[in-house]
Formats: sequence, structure tokens, C-alpha cells
Amino acid sequence: MAVRRDLREYLLEAEFTVRQGEIMVLIGENGSGKSSLLHLIAGLLPPGSGHVKIGEQVLYDSMNGIHVPPEYREIGLVFQNHAVFPHLTVFENIAFGLRRRKVPEPEIRERVGEILARVSLENLSGVRGDQLSGGERQRTALARALVISPTLLLLDEPVSALDAVAQERMRSYLHTYVKTSNIPCIVVTHSFRDAASLGDQVGVMERGRIIQNGDLEEIRGNGSHFLHQFFCGCRKDSCHL
Amino acid sequence: MMGRRYFQGKNSLFLTIGAGVLITLLVVFIITPILGLFFRITFEQFLASLSDLVVWNALILSLVTASISTLVIILVGTPVAWINARHQYPGREIVDTLIDLPLVLPPTVAGLALLLAFGRMGLIGSIFYDYGISIAFTTLAVIIAQIFVSIPFYIRQARASFEQLDPMYEHAAKSLGSPAVPTFFTVILPLVKAGLIGGAIMSFARALGEFGATIMFAGNFQGRTQTMPLAIYTAMQGDLTAAITLSVILIIISFLIIALVKFKLRGYTER
Amino acid sequence: MKFSWIIPVTAVFLAAILLTGCTGNQAEPGKTELTVFAAASLTGALTDMAETYETSHPGIHVVLNFDGSQALRTQIEQGAYADVFLSANTKHLYALRDQGLMENSSIGLFAKNKLAVITPASNPGNMTTLADLARPGTRLVIGTKDVPVGDYARQILKKMGNDSTYGPSYTASVLANVISEETTVTGVVTKVQIGEADAGIVYESDITPENRDRFLVITIPDQYNVIAEYPAGIAGSSAHKDEAAGFLAYLKGEQGRAILAKYGFALP
Repeated sequence: MAVRRDLREYLLEAEFTVRQGEIMVLIGENGSGKSSLLHLIAGLLPPGSGHVKIGEQVLYDSMNGIHVPPEYREIGLVFQNHAVFPHLTVFENIAFGLRRRKVPEPEIRERVGEILARVSLENLSGVRGDQLSGGERQRTALARALVISPTLLLLDEPVSALDAVAQERMRSYLHTYVKTSNIPCIVVTHSFRDAASLGDQVGVMERGRIIQNGDLEEIRGNGSHFLHQFFCGCRKDSCHL
Repeated sequence: MMGRRYFQGKNSLFLTIGAGVLITLLVVFIITPILGLFFRITFEQFLASLSDLVVWNALILSLVTASISTLVIILVGTPVAWINARHQYPGREIVDTLIDLPLVLPPTVAGLALLLAFGRMGLIGSIFYDYGISIAFTTLAVIIAQIFVSIPFYIRQARASFEQLDPMYEHAAKSLGSPAVPTFFTVILPLVKAGLIGGAIMSFARALGEFGATIMFAGNFQGRTQTMPLAIYTAMQGDLTAAITLSVILIIISFLIIALVKFKLRGYTER
Repeated sequence: MKFSWIIPVTAVFLAAILLTGCTGNQAEPGKTELTVFAAASLTGALTDMAETYETSHPGIHVVLNFDGSQALRTQIEQGAYADVFLSANTKHLYALRDQGLMENSSIGLFAKNKLAVITPASNPGNMTTLADLARPGTRLVIGTKDVPVGDYARQILKKMGNDSTYGPSYTASVLANVISEETTVTGVVTKVQIGEADAGIVYESDITPENRDRFLVITIPDQYNVIAEYPAGIAGSSAHKDEAAGFLAYLKGEQGRAILAKYGFALP
């Protein structure tokens, strides 16, 4: 996809491709436009110019005037603040997308049940969204996005609220999911471990542009402040790298 | 240091007493006129008055018209509040100001304005009149007057509730495949329910108590346009007992409504 | 400085106090304030009279309260302060007298009035005679049963119903045409004036040289009409009984009567 949008402080301009079954990790400083990019691809931010395609399916093409509304894009999206519906139970939250697609009731129960087990939330399926802890909410949001079998996954800090053990488990589940369903996936994160264990491709964003794009080792070599902090948690000048 | 702790203690005691005095004064201020009504009438007089047709006509008329008005206000006001909360459009500021206008207009002025607009000689009313439809001096006029003065209460509250709602929820719903309208009913409404109900109560109460615009635009006729406030005002000048009875009933009803809705709301907010 | 806001705030505060002191309705020092409760139908006449009275009696400031006589009576019953009460019918003032709230010796008639039917100048209801009042669909505005002008109107309608020319169903038919009962006669006049009513029953005095061209008048023959009697009296709670008596004397004297006549009142 190639997208170009005008945000308030700067121009968001990005052009990249993610292959099926591949995970692209986006890293960068706060305010560099990572989350905005995800919103753009999902169709939640008003369009600028460019195009977004999944395989042959065009979601957005400014030159031909195509704009598929976000609700029809079959994208799984996990937000930074989870946005779990507080008035619905965990079960209903996860089932939300399936109900919208008129999936028959028994199938809903089966799919939701299965994914509840995968994210270790079986015991909480009847709990309301506003009673959940941060980690429980994040897992609910994750399950909610995955259960609808999307054609593209966009994740913004998908495991940040979980403890180290749960993080590992979720990362491995995500990895398997993406590989087996063979869909493209973009993950925005601040965590080095996320990038390391998930990223087939890593993109570095700065002020709205992807300044680097490659695999982890290629990126590592670059000498920016941020990247040093990111990789080894030390300042550039005091780093032994 | 001993000195400082002593000073702080004295300060907070002073504040507590001050707050207590203020609250007591406020409660007394509100309760006294209301209790005054209850003490000026005996129970027998009250019961006797209840069988008076004037009282019943006014009671039923008030409840029915205020309910219809509130319903219309909710149906019309909710989408408007939503649109104004979430979308920018040219002239939105003007619309917002216009919606607030009935709030600052003295009710009698509002009534006169409505009369001049919808009366049979009025701008719009004359058109209806030519087709045989009379708007002024009818029960419809009562409802129109009530809607005119009460709608800002609801829209302001609804809009504030919508604005406070995190747009993320709508985004999440959209990303899961839910278009705007179903999202509104399954996600947004349940989350702002408490605020909307609060606004509806205020509108209902305002409609129930509306006087100036009603008497101007709908006139004063028992059974057709004489709402409780009008009946009280008319009765007050002849039969004080009837006026007090009506006032007592109005207060009891208002109290019940507020209590009922607060009780229901507790269910939503504390769960 | 931390408290530099105190100075401008105090200045504004003081200015506000001074202003309200200057423009408030308080009696200027040395002047006696006379509170006159008067029936709404007397609005024009009494406003005029208050002015001329103050000019010839510089030590007095007249404060007027116009409303339906029944409303004024209720106010006095509930303790409102008045020096003089001018009522549009004897019923309300005598009721106060019977409760001991008036200076009985001061009570006397000062004006008389008759009623008339008015229609808007454009006559949208096509009213020409009194019989038209009973026509179905006529939009009629009268006073409530407590306000004198409404009470008188009902008396007239009853009289007409008792007369064979109109017949017993006349009263009911006319009352069925009422679209609004106003608490003051001014309310009736207004509704007719702006054309929302086809007709209204008001006092003859409500038709003045100024508004004459806005109305058509249907006179009510004397045999059906009522003579509205306007009594005046000094309120028992008045603190200025002498000044009140002076005002009443003026009211019943040459100048007062001239003003009343000018405004369409008949005189006793």
C-alpha cells in the first residue's frame, strides 16, 4: 500500500508492502504517526491521497475515487486503549463482530468459546467490560479482533498490559495465527521483544515517514538515539554498540 | 510544628461549620415554601378538592401533554445532539445558538412569538388556517409551547453526554463491521443512557411547569389547554383551596418522577 | 501582588451598590410613597392620573400595581401592602371589607363602566350581531369567572339567555365558543387585537381613541348590559391613611372624574 495523508503537524507519507502471513512491526517515537497510520489503513481517519490494497482487493484508491467504509473492510483492529465495550460482557464483546455478520448462534458459541480458551479468558466470559483489569481488557480486545477471521490485522500495542509470561504466550499465539491464516499483519509497538519475536519486517517511523524498512538486523545498525534506546536501553553516546 | 497543626485544625473546623450552615440554609430555603403549602390545607379539604373536575382536567392534561412533548423532544433532539456533537458543518455554531435561544427567552415573550408565528394571522399559522387547521388555542399549542421551552434542556445534556463518549468505541464497532446506525443503537446509546435520561427528566419537568408561553399561545381553557400551572394561577384568584390542592399534587408528582428516575439510574451507574 | 485583584473588584462592587441606590424604586427622601392597587381596566386612566397627581402634590410618589381585581384581592388577603384598592367590581372589595381588611368608612364608588363586544378590525369571524357569538366555530375570548370582566360577561350572557329573543340555548352556545379565559381584561383585548380571536367581551372603556381603529364594536343594549360599579377604598394596613384619603378625594373630584371620562368611564 502507498498512503499519503496530511495530518495536523506534518505530512504522513508512507509506502510499503506487507506480504501475506508476514508481520510488519512499526516502531518509532511517540507522535511519529504510527497509530495514525493504522487508523488510516483501517479507514477511520479521513482520506488524503494514495491507495490501500489487500492483495487484489482495493480498499482505497484516491485516483479512482474508491473508498470502502471501515465497517466493510474486514480488518481486525486492536486499539491502544483497547476500547472494550464497557456495557457488554466479555463474551458479547468478542461475539460483537460475528453477530454483525449474522453468523448463526451455535457457530458463534463455538468460535468465541475456542478463542476464549486461547487467550485464557474462559472464566471471565460473563464479566462486564467495565469490570475488567487492563490485561483482561487487552486480551478481550485481541480476541474480539481475531475471532472475525479478518483479512488484515492491525495491532496497536497488543500485549503491553500483560505480564511477561502472558506476553510470551500471546505473542506466540499471534505468530501462529498469522502464519496459519496467512494474512498480513502490522504491529505498532514500543517493545523490543515484540519486534524481535514477531517482526518479519521492521519499519521505523519518524515524523510521519518510514525512514527505514528491513529486518531487525538491518535496522539495528543505524545510529539514531531512539534506536539505541530501543535496542539496548542506553543512550547513544554511552552505548557500547 | 505544633503551631501549624493547630492552625490547620482550626481551619478545617471552620470550613466544616461553614459548609454545614450553607447547606442547612439552602435546604430550609427550598423546603419552607413547599411545606408552607402542605400546612395551609387540611387533609379533608385536599380530598374534597380531588373530586373537583378542574383539578382532574388539569392533571390529566398536564401529564399527557408533557409526556408527548418529552417524547417528541427525545426523538428529534437525540439525532440533532448527536450530529452536533460529532460532525462539523457550516452553520453549526448558529444552530447551537438557536437551540439555546428558548433558554434565555422569557416564557411570555416565547408565547407571544409563537402566537405571532403560528396563530391564524401568523407567518406559518395562516397557511394552516386556510386549510382549516387551527394551531393556537388548542391542545396542540400546549404541546408546541412545551417543546419550545424545554427542548434546549434535553439537547444540551444529550450533546454533552455524546461529547464525553470516547470516539474509540465507535471506531472499534466500525472496525468490527458495524455501520453507523446499528452502532448508534448497540454501542452508543447504552453508554450514554444515564445522561440522556437525566436530560429527559429536566425537559419533562420544565414542560410540566410551563406557564407563560402556554397561557399566551394556547390560552386558558379547562380541559383543553388549562394545564396545572394555569389552573393553579386561575384558581388562586378565586378558590385558594383548589389552588393549594393542585400545587400539592404537582409537587408530589414532580417528586415521584425525580425519585423514580433517580432510582432507575442508580441501576445503571452502580452496576 | 497576590491581592491586586481586590481593588478592581471592590470598585465594581461599590459602583453596583451606588447604581442600584440611585435607580432603585426606593422613595426619595422626604416623599411619601402611595401604593395603589388598581384593576387592569384602569391602566390608562390611572397612569395618567398618577402623573397629574404627582405634579400637583410634589410630596407624593404614586406606585401603581395593575392586575385583575381578583388577583389584587388575593394579594391583599395574603398580606401584600397597599394604601388604596380600586376594584372593577364590588364583589372583591366588599369581600376584603367583610374580612376587616379595609377602612370601611373610606369605601365609595368612583366610576362606572359598561361592557361591549369587540372584534378585530379585519373581522375574520364575520361578526355583525350579538347572535353571531353563538355561531358554531366562532373564536371567543372572555375573562375567567373570577375576574370582574369575566363575571360581568357571564351575567350578561345569562340575561340574554333569559330573554326570548335569544333563548335559553344561547348562553350555552356562546360559552361553548370560548377558546380562552384570560385573567385580566388586557389579555382579552390583546388576543382580539392581534386577530387571534374573532371576538372578545371587554369594557367600553377599553376602546380608546388610540386603539379605536383596530376594533369593530358591537354594542350590548342596556337591557342586557350590566353596570359595572367600581369601588375604591383605603386598605386597613395602609401606613399613610391621610395621603390615601387625599388621593381618593382627587379621584372622585373634578380632575379625577375628567380623566376617567376621557378614558371612557361613566361617572356616578
